Amino acid sequence: MDLTWSAEDEAFRQEAREWLAANVPADPLPSGDTREGFAAHLEWERALFEARWSVVSWPEAYGGRDASLWQWLVFEDEYHRAGAPARVTQNGIFLLAPTVFAFGTHEQQRRILPRMAAAQDLWAQGWSEPGAGSDLAAIRSRAVRDEGAGGWRLTGQKTWTTRGAFCTHLFGLFRTDPEAERHRGLTYFLVPLDAPGVTVRGFERLDGDEGFAEVFLDDVLVPDADVLGGVGEGWRVAMATTGSERGLTLRSPGRFLHTADRLLDLARTKEAQGAEGVGVHRDRVVQSWIEAQAYELFTLEQVTSIVEGREIGAESSLNKLFWSQLDIALHETAAELLGPEAEIDAPWSRGFLFSLAGPIYAGTNEIQRNIVAERLLGLPRR
Amino acid sequence: MRFAVTERDTALAEAAGEVLAKQAGAEQIRAGWPGGRIESVHGVWRTLAGVGVTGALVPEHSEGLGTGTGTGLGLGLGLDENALPPLLETLGRSGLPVPAAETVAVGAPLLATAGAPQLPSVLRGSALLTVSLTRAAPVPFAALADLIAVRQGDGLRLYARDEVETEPVDSVDGSRWLARVRAPAGGGLLLAEGPAELAVAYRRGVLATAALLVGLAGRMLELTVAHVRARHQFGVPVGSFQAVKHALADVELAVRFARPAVLAAGWAQAAGDPETAVRTSMAKVLASEAARKAARTALQCHGAMGYTTEYDLHLYAKRAWALAADWGGPTEHRESIARRLGLTGAADRGGEGAGA
Repeated sequence: MDLTWSAEDEAFRQEAREWLAANVPADPLPSGDTREGFAAHLEWERALFEARWSVVSWPEAYGGRDASLWQWLVFEDEYHRAGAPARVTQNGIFLLAPTVFAFGTHEQQRRILPRMAAAQDLWAQGWSEPGAGSDLAAIRSRAVRDEGAGGWRLTGQKTWTTRGAFCTHLFGLFRTDPEAERHRGLTYFLVPLDAPGVTVRGFERLDGDEGFAEVFLDDVLVPDADVLGGVGEGWRVAMATTGSERGLTLRSPGRFLHTADRLLDLARTKEAQGAEGVGVHRDRVVQSWIEAQAYELFTLEQVTSIVEGREIGAESSLNKLFWSQLDIALHETAAELLGPEAEIDAPWSRGFLFSLAGPIYAGTNEIQRNIVAERLLGLPRR
Repeated sequence: MRFAVTERDTALAEAAGEVLAKQAGAEQIRAGWPGGRIESVHGVWRTLAGVGVTGALVPEHSEGLGTGTGTGLGLGLGLDENALPPLLETLGRSGLPVPAAETVAVGAPLLATAGAPQLPSVLRGSALLTVSLTRAAPVPFAALADLIAVRQGDGLRLYARDEVETEPVDSVDGSRWLARVRAPAGGGLLLAEGPAELAVAYRRGVLATAALLVGLAGRMLELTVAHVRARHQFGVPVGSFQAVKHALADVELAVRFARPAVLAAGWAQAAGDPETAVRTSMAKVLASEAARKAARTALQCHGAMGYTTEYDLHLYAKRAWALAADWGGPTEHRESIARRLGLTGAADRGGEGAGA
């Protein structure tokens, strides 16, 4: 056990901290899930890229710093502590990119990754469909071979697509073999949203922002060069990197440590004001704070495993269950402290509404519990 | 940065695990209950002592051991608190009814520092030692131990069994050998004195107990998984029902997030980290809650079968309930963290002041 950071990692932390202190916008940006806010966030993303902070763990050739996983954690910690804007590029960087690194051709990597890092191409995830949420393998959107055109014609509907109305590209699963059994016969496609036949309609999430979209595809031609992994390999390709979605890379501990510190500040302020009944909530405040620390410690253990070459696999479901419940606990506790102010439209109430999505996206927590029970504990599937 | 148990600490836990696998099933826990063959438990404890368990934190060349005394056992291993989580988790998993936290984490190293002549017999496992830092509470194993260390004034003093008055108290976990202890005003051997020394001893006890709880939780989960795979109702294993799966997944979650916190507390104590007190309390909170959740869920998933003393589950569950409350329960540790985080409670306590 050694929980001290190396001099190199500390130097990296210092560099990140200084840059963030000098560059994070003083006033919070408008929500990145609105048209106006998205534009402001893009400016920020491009500033991050210019200073080579947008994808620290990627190779330098693609705009990164070749940073280790440890340094990525350090950067995330500093990023959240600095109160820097939410990453509107996250679904590309954290969900698609690991798949491109693992399954993309060299040509695809060179074409896709630098533009993603620079926030020139903005990627939305096209997995869910009206009839395929938790049951992702029930996907019905199809791709039909067009030999003459050297590609596939995509038809169907994707939905609950995060920031779909503002993104430029979609990565998604489509059925290329209608005869094959559910998980087989799917293929992973990359689709520009300005292609002929694509219609995008944004709609409001629970918080009233236009953060969701439906994407309709009507005979959209996608060339062979935009198939990621093999034809018919879509399920395997998508699942190989779901670990990053559920676990570590989507939700680093820095995010929750920062929220826990804000919660402590709130509790201290309320105590200092002599607010009635704060003591009743103190136990909960501390429990939430402890759980945020526990998430960090779990992560450190997990990163050690990854660095030493062990597979995480189904364990990422533990991350997802824990952080999603933790996020709600932090915000519910804040609401208790805020009392009648809790209903005001403000960062805590917005954070609360967003936290409620945590147990739903990236595979509902019910699905995650099944995975933990079946794959980690060995309980029977049926 | 490396968040993993070192080979040396793993080796000790594995050595203990091998002994326990051969000699200590649930029948050894029953042997520790009233009317059981307690001598058999003592035998296992002596075997564990022989592989270095009792001397884990004792310096390699302790005065008390003497040199050339011919024991030749090399019982002081000279490890630090990093060794406690894996070792005590292993002991906890076995449910062996011995004062493991009291002896290994707290008592033995203090006897070594104090140059106590009883150290060799404690390290060999021939003298049973128990320790309590909590005033006025029944002391576990005091009804059985040869040596008893309790608070006296602002110190911790070691007494032989016949130097103190003990009054046995029945406990829910029959293998706890609880007794109220009244120590004389004078006498005994001073083991630790003043808040700083007592705090170090207390934190080691808290850490070790947290690790025992993680082990117990893991064991109860294991028993329950085996049960729900084998038990059929409605023509299928009950473990195939989602309600059962989800309950057990939540236990796994609690255990998997408690364990790193316990490891981190061990590291903090060994490294003299400034956040040691908070990290130690965190570990006890998470481990206690995980063990309680495991006990509750295990009972529920076993149905009526688990609600009996014939089945083994109660042996582990009762220990978990005892240890979750011992060395400070979750609420007490959260309150301690609250004070250290600057939540004083001033608004609610009027003029009483913080931490009164």
